[in-house]
Amino acid sequence: MLRNSDSGFGSATIVLHWTIAVLILGLTLLGFIMRRTEIDPALQFSLYQWHKSFGFTALGLAILRTAWWFIERSPAPVAGLGPLEHIAARMAHSVLILLALVVPLAGWAVVSASTLNIPSFYFNAIVIPHLPLAQSETSEAFWTFAHALLAYLTLGLVVLHAAAALYHHSIRRDEVLVRMLRPSFGLRRSRTLDAHENDDTAVERK
Amino acid sequence: MMIPRGQTIRAIVSFALLAFSAAPATGARAPALADAAGNYRIASSSVIHFSIAQVGGGGGIAGNFAKFSGGFRLDRDNIGRSSVEFTLYPESVRSSERRIENFLRSSAVFDTANYKTVTFRSTSVTQTGPDTATVEGTLTARGKARKERFAVTLTDWNRRSISFTIRGSIRRSPYGIDVGTPIYSNVVEFDMNIRGLRR
Repeated sequence: MLRNSDSGFGSATIVLHWTIAVLILGLTLLGFIMRRTEIDPALQFSLYQWHKSFGFTALGLAILRTAWWFIERSPAPVAGLGPLEHIAARMAHSVLILLALVVPLAGWAVVSASTLNIPSFYFNAIVIPHLPLAQSETSEAFWTFAHALLAYLTLGLVVLHAAAALYHHSIRRDEVLVRMLRPSFGLRRSRTLDAHENDDTAVERK
Repeated sequence: MMIPRGQTIRAIVSFALLAFSAAPATGARAPALADAAGNYRIASSSVIHFSIAQVGGGGGIAGNFAKFSGGFRLDRDNIGRSSVEFTLYPESVRSSERRIENFLRSSAVFDTANYKTVTFRSTSVTQTGPDTATVEGTLTARGKARKERFAVTLTDWNRRSISFTIRGSIRRSPYGIDVGTPIYSNVVEFDMNIRGLRR
């Protein structure tokens, strides 16, 4: 149940997927609010620190997710998925996995390169050191831009990813979305497999 | 305010020693109270430095205030009856960069739009050593008045001016300025060099 099976995702993948999804959406919203110029400065300071703590959480989970993605098998593609669709989905998923790592790393770079030199005090419990980057206005501006650009790119890809899942669920009426909601117990799907899918049921490794 | 009464005697002794032996009059650094007594205006060359430690060490926030005013009176007969009044204008805060200065001026810290000044009025002066004293008084910031204490050390004097270093650790949360804690310490360390010019 924890592990993925040939027919679906295990609970480890599902929990990581949705936790990271919630963090990405929450952090994007938080990032957007805290950057507003008319915000109360004390509140703004707090929001930045929350953004950093949740951002480091997202980074930690993204590292786990990536490791799990390399270790674990991927379930076979659902019935009726064309080879091009499969490749497109695989590419989108790879980029999302990568962005989930790169966006928080860029955020960490902002904190580290900033001349403000504000410590990262993870949920007011542990000091997370800065990355070994030179602190300068130029460097801070660069990483701020990179962090924001990559975050908006991620948001765009998340929207596409969610739209694809809803399209599969509502229009194609296949298991794509449901597989990421309900853990697989390693059993074969009850539905009859067609010939095409039978060819694809060999355990697929990345 | 920190001119010891006993110093008068020490100065006389030192002068006597000087007269007889020409030995360095090391003990005569502090002036006789009678000589130092009077009213002083705080010179703009004084330095009002502050610093706030940050978690994990390293840097923190530091700066100074460029605009302030005030004066003090050293009582001729009793150092304990001396007094000081001091006003600083937080709008004039200077730090390592503009963003920090603007943050300190904002509603998060000094709220300079609503509170133009931070004031200190002494309520008692207590001598603690030949050239040291403790000054207690009322510090008012953001409309909140609290009793605070500063340690004063005499550093220099002549007929026209007198200088002190003044140190104090002020907890900022009682003034409604707890922003940034616990990343930044609740305690603001003040380290001031105050020079008084005789009026």
